[in-house]
Parts: sequence; structure tokens; C-alpha cells
Amino acid sequence: MTAPLAVKNLSRSFGGVHALNDVTMVLEPGERRAIIGTNGAGKTTLFNVVNGQIAPSSGTIKLFGQDVTSKALHRRAALGLARTFQITSLFRNLTVLDNMIIAVQALAPSHFVFWRRLSGYRDVIAKAEALLEKWRLADIRREEVRHLSYGTQRQLEIVMALACEPRLLLLDEPMAGLSAAETHLATDIILNLDRSITVLLIEHDLAAAFKIADRITAMDQGKIVAEGTPDEIRQEGNLKKIYASGGAARTTEAHQ
Amino acid sequence: MRKNHLGSVGALAFILIVGALGNFLSPYDTGLLTQMLIYGVFAMSLDVLHGYTGMPSLGHAAYFGLGAYVSAICSLKLGWPFGMAAPAGIVAAAVAAALFHLLALRTSKSYYLMITLAFSQVLWSVAVSWTELTGGDNGLPGVRRPNLGSWFPWTFASTHNYFYFVLAIFVVSALALYVFVKSPFGYALRGIRENEMRMRALGYNVWAYKYVASIVSASFAAVAGEMYMYLNSFVSPSSLSVTVSAQVLMMILVGAAGTLFGPVLGAGVFVILQYVLSTYTDRWLFVIGLIYVGIALYAPQGALVFIRDKFFAPKRGSAS
Amino acid sequence: MSFWIVNTLNGLSLAMILFLLAAGLTLIFGLMHIINMAHGSFYLLGGYIAITAIRMSGNFVVGAIIAVIAIAILGTLVQRLLLAKLYKQEMPQALLTLGLLFIIADIAFFTWGGDPQLVPQPALFQGAVRIFGVVYPLYRLFLIGWGLAVAFLLWMFLERTKIGAVVRAGMDDEEMVRGLGINMPLVFTGIFALGSALAGLGGVLGGPLLGMFPGADFEVVLLAFVVVTVGGLGSIRGAFLGSLLVGLVDNFGNVWFPQLSLFTIFVPMVVVLALKPTGLLGRT
Repeated sequence: MTAPLAVKNLSRSFGGVHALNDVTMVLEPGERRAIIGTNGAGKTTLFNVVNGQIAPSSGTIKLFGQDVTSKALHRRAALGLARTFQITSLFRNLTVLDNMIIAVQALAPSHFVFWRRLSGYRDVIAKAEALLEKWRLADIRREEVRHLSYGTQRQLEIVMALACEPRLLLLDEPMAGLSAAETHLATDIILNLDRSITVLLIEHDLAAAFKIADRITAMDQGKIVAEGTPDEIRQEGNLKKIYASGGAARTTEAHQ
Repeated sequence: MRKNHLGSVGALAFILIVGALGNFLSPYDTGLLTQMLIYGVFAMSLDVLHGYTGMPSLGHAAYFGLGAYVSAICSLKLGWPFGMAAPAGIVAAAVAAALFHLLALRTSKSYYLMITLAFSQVLWSVAVSWTELTGGDNGLPGVRRPNLGSWFPWTFASTHNYFYFVLAIFVVSALALYVFVKSPFGYALRGIRENEMRMRALGYNVWAYKYVASIVSASFAAVAGEMYMYLNSFVSPSSLSVTVSAQVLMMILVGAAGTLFGPVLGAGVFVILQYVLSTYTDRWLFVIGLIYVGIALYAPQGALVFIRDKFFAPKRGSAS
Repeated sequence: MSFWIVNTLNGLSLAMILFLLAAGLTLIFGLMHIINMAHGSFYLLGGYIAITAIRMSGNFVVGAIIAVIAIAILGTLVQRLLLAKLYKQEMPQALLTLGLLFIIADIAFFTWGGDPQLVPQPALFQGAVRIFGVVYPLYRLFLIGWGLAVAFLLWMFLERTKIGAVVRAGMDDEEMVRGLGINMPLVFTGIFALGSALAGLGGVLGGPLLGMFPGADFEVVLLAFVVVTVGGLGSIRGAFLGSLLVGLVDNFGNVWFPQLSLFTIFVPMVVVLALKPTGLLGRT
């Protein structure tokens, strides 16, 4: 089987600062991989480059064996890539159901139809409703997103990414800013994901990362500094080294 | 479902009442009512861009005026019948939007406001200076009202008959735009307005949506521009001016951006306001300016929405 | 040869008027993300106030100073009383300034009338001199000199002073500057007043050449928009480069293709945006 994601010698600099420096990484099908590291380690930049939001200065990105280095975002999404954002990225003035419909319809054949009402596409609506049911958001489907609590918004952030039936899911700090109970719920959602989905997540909550991930990659100053199973990462004592300069591990990054 | 039903009944009632009014009113008032419907189409067309897609244009008069000019030139200089001259104006506006947006969509939102303005000013200056074709500042008078041919039982030369012609076009346009904004495509436009990056990450080709939306919007603006030109049997550079762009934007802001009915109401309010004020004062610009400042400060969602929420809305309970 | 010298100098003097406008526009946008539609109104009012003040005082310098100070005060009031309430709301801010454009245009029309009026030239710079083998109006040379001086002073201000450093940092990362304990609202007001005053100065100095008339506000703000679009929003150097380009192209365009006046400046804009959507020196 081909690797869902293979990046090779990926670099990106912003005006002299190496946000990514020669990063090489391969994910196995069905793997759960967590990326840890301090603020500014280059984690979100890696996501943005893989996702297509920004172009790498050098290096290649392959999704499911296909070179997508110079492909547009929506082409990568069509291959089965979905992501969530560190800063909640929803359609704030639309209802929860409309948010889901837009997500479900993204890769449906009807997405460019402008001569027929959406209410005629029962399958799209039914699928959005079913997803909300499955993830226990059905009760609030008529609420506008901006009225929801932060925890619920974070939950919707993940469920929307799942709506496109991705084969590779990038989660950017899904637990950031959540209470203990909400973190537990979010961890559950991720643990219960079908193994046909490969998951790459950035996580500052090390306990959650160790619980979810099969393998862990540690980054610092744009470079990969360690990679291994959770046990290996713990033993190597690398953790201390990685976080020595960055201070508290459980902080939210303002921006990267 | 029931809410939907109510909407259709309301829309039908609106059309019947407006239609009946046209029968009773004096020719002058019928003219005002015709203007409202024309501006209604114009405002809805801009709302597709501004309200639904989040592309703030300050140059929408470009398509309004272009449609009017091309249609007038085709019928006056080339002698084309209405059935050819009218589509020609719409096609011209659509092509202009298609070409212009190849450039405009490369830039960010802040630039969009400025270059739409620049684009409409360029067309305006062409209309002023290319005198042989456009009549310069004097414009092009003498375009005859639509005539569909001898097979059609009515002509539209009289103000009343022309009113019903405009009403029919208004209904067709409103229905078409209704389906458009309620379509999967229309939902995608709302998504783009709310969060463009998320839409791209979800797999939407945002560029293509904006491109098509701008062409559709320009086409309906041209429909409105042509109806306005035929109403007055005249077109001049002022139809391309920034004042017209600012006025149509104001209709949306007075109504409610992101709905179809809001801009139509806004257009009605605008025509009445213009009529009433012109009898009392010649300081129309000052009034428009004040309305803009007031809306920006107090009612960015739309003046009518502001009034509704302030005085008529049931208090919102649980939502935090 | 003299054709080229005269028209290049004409283009440069127009470019300097444009720079006075574009510099303020781009500073205000770069720092506060306001697209100031009323920027042309400050230009127009600056010119009109100068006309009245010069007539009353009989002295160009006194009139010019009064006009610039009046516009700086007006800018301060607009920013403090209106725009500050709409902090970071880009669209309402643009609409508000569009409203101000209409209001000021109406007031100016009812105060100064509809006929074009020239700002009187300063007595010292009337007449013509011989330069590069052509006889050329002294006032236009004075204008070019002033434009260059203002550009230099602005550059010094931004690069060499502490406040300038704060402004540059604020353009890049406002949150960071806020963290340093700097009174950003005051910096905002100051920069808005400075930008407005520059536009007013543009009206005063451009007035003897271009004249003041209803619609001049809109005409110049449109040119200034083209300048900052070409040069790159938020960049002073871009504004300078854009002014030179637009000033020269507009001047030569008017000479060679008088029928296509505005169209000729649209062409460089199309070319630049097609190649570099953020403008020549804009940030990506």
C-alpha cells in the first residue's frame, strides 16, 4: 500500500526564518501520528504546506503516491485530504446544519449546480443530518454557529473535516482551549475514528497525544528532532530536551 | 416546509399588489414603481456579489451602464431589433466581467474595492470621451421601447404597458436569482463569504465560484441597466458613475445584505426617498452621505434589519 | 528632445502631487486597514481652504499653513470621533469614509461653488526658468523639489525615529507592538492626522496646477488608488514608485492618446496586477 502522506526534504522560510528545515516524514496507512514541539517549531507551517495553503521553498509532497507539490488546495482535498484549523474556522453566521451541508457537498457531484435548489438534493442533506446525529450535534442543528460554546465549536470543527470522508485527516490542536471534560470527549472522537482514516495531529496536551498516537514526531525550530513510539519518546528523555527552551507544553499558540 | 409555503404566498401577494398598483396609479407614479422594480433587479444582482459572496464592489454601475450603452448602440447605430440588441447588452456585460475578473480575482479584498471603482471609472471616461460612438456627455437619446415583433399582441410604448414588461422581467429575474442563491452553488457562495480558507480546505475551487458569481451578477446588472435605458429612452455617462454604484450599494445596506428581498425593499425605500427629498432639497449628496455614515456606525447589517431587531424582534433567550 | 524634457518634468510634478496623496493613503491602510475614500476630500478641502485663506491673508505661506493645519484637525476629529468606533471593521470603515466623501463634496459645492478655481501661485515661484535647454515654469520645479523633500522627510521619520519604528512594527504585527506598552490609539490618530495633512498639502500645492472643482476629490483619490495598487498597499516606497509610474504614464498618455485619458493609467495597473497581484513592493 502506498503511504497516505510522504514529504521529502521539505523547507520553507519566511524572510530568513526557517519555519521548515529539511523535513522528511512518511505516514503508514491507518496510522495515528502526533507532532509535538514548542511554539514556532514549524508544526502549523508543516500543515499549511501539506494542505497547500502555502508553497514550500523546496522539497516534495506526495499524497497517496501522487506528487501534489504544485497542486491547488481543492485538488488535494479531492484526493482525500481534510484538515481542521487551530483557530476555529467555521461559517459563523450559518447554522450548524448549513455548515455540515457545505462540508458534505464539497466533493459531491452537485457542488457546482446553480440551476436547481439545494433542497432537491435529499442525499446531501440526509448525509449532513446523519453525521450530526452520529456525533451528537443534531439537537443544535438550527443554531447559528456563532452562538455555540467554544467546546462545541471545536467539536464541529472536527466533524466538518470528517464530512468529506477523508482518507487523511490533519488535526491542528484539536484540544486547544478545551476543558478537561471536553478534552476527554474530543479524544474519544479521535480514538473512535475508523482505521481507514490516517490521522496526523498537532497536540500540545502530551497526555492526549500519547494516548492517541501510534508514533510521535518531535519538531524544534523547523526540524524533526525525534521520532518514535510514545514509549520511545518518553524513554529517550528527549521530551525534556524538546521542551527545555519552549516553557510550558500546554499552551496555545497564538500564531505561527 | 410551512415557512417555505408562507414565503411563496408572500411573494405572490407582493407581485399581485404591485401589479394591481400599476393599473391604478398615474403614469408618473407608475414610472416611479417601474424604477423601483428596475433598481430591485440591480440591487439583487449586486447582492449576489456583496451580500452572498462577500465581494464588496464599488463599481457595479460598470455593468448597468455597459448593458445600457451596448444595447442602445446596437439598436441606434446598427439598427438591430430588440430581440438582438437586448441580449447583446447582457453578453457585453458578462464578457466584461469575465475579462475584468481574470485580473480582479488575483488580488485581495482590499484591492477589490478599489479596482472595481477604477474599472467603472475607466468605462465612464470612455463613455465621455468616445463621442462618435457614445454621444459623449450628451449621451444617446431616442432608443425606442421594446417591441417583440408583430406576432406579439402588445407593444410597450406606453408607460403602463412598459411597467408590466418590467414587472415580468423582475419576476423572472427574482425567481432565477432565488434558485441561484438557494442552489448548492449559492450555499458555497455563503461559505466563501464566511470563511474562504475553510472552503478551499474543504475542496472547493473558490476561484471558479467567485468567477461565475461575478459573471451572473454582471449579467443581471445589465438587465437592470437596459430596462432603465428603455424606460427613459436615453443613456448617458451618469449611468456608469460612482454615484450610481454608491446608490445601489446603499439599497443593499438599507435593506439587508445576504437576502434577496432586503435589497428590493431597499430599492423601494431609495426611490421614495429620492422622490420625497428632491421636492424639498437639492442637497441629495449630503443625504446619501449621512445615510452611509449612519449605516456604517449603527446598522452594518442593514437599516431595515436594525429597525426590525430593535423594535419588532422577540427577545432572544437561551443563545449565549 | 525638448518634448521629452518638458513632458517628463510635467509627469514628475504630477507624480509629486500623487505621492502626497498616496503616502497618506498607504500609511493609513498599512497601519489601520482603512481604505479611506475621503482622502480625496481632504485634498479638495485643503485646496479650497488655501484659496480662501490666501485671499484673506494675501500670503501663500500663511494660507498654506492654515489649510494644512485645518485638515490635520479635521483628520484627527474624523479618526477620533468616527473611525475609532469601527476599529478593525474594514467594510463599515470604507462605507463611512464614502459617506464623508459625499458630505464634504456637498458642503464644498455649496461653499465654494461649481466653477473651477486655482490656488494662487506663491509670488516667489511665478515665472519660468531655463533648464536643460528648455524654458520651464518655476512653480512646477518647486513642486518637484517639495515632493522629493516630503518623501525624504517621511522616509527619515519612518526609518530613523522611534515613532517611525513603532509605525513600521505596527504595520507588521500590531499585537506585538501592543504588548510593548505603546499607546497605539494615539499612534493611530497621529498617523491619520499626518496622512490627512499630507492630502491637504497635496491640495494646496497641486491647486495652482490642477485647480479645485466639484469632482476633483474623486478624481485624485482614484489616481491615488491606482498608485497604491500599483506600488503595493502599505508601502511608502511603493507609493513613491507608483506615483512616478502613474504620473509619467498619465502625462504621456494624455499627450499621445488624449481620447483615452483614464484608460492609459489603467494599463500599467493591469500589467502590474497581472504579474504581481500585491503590487510592485507589496507584502505577500
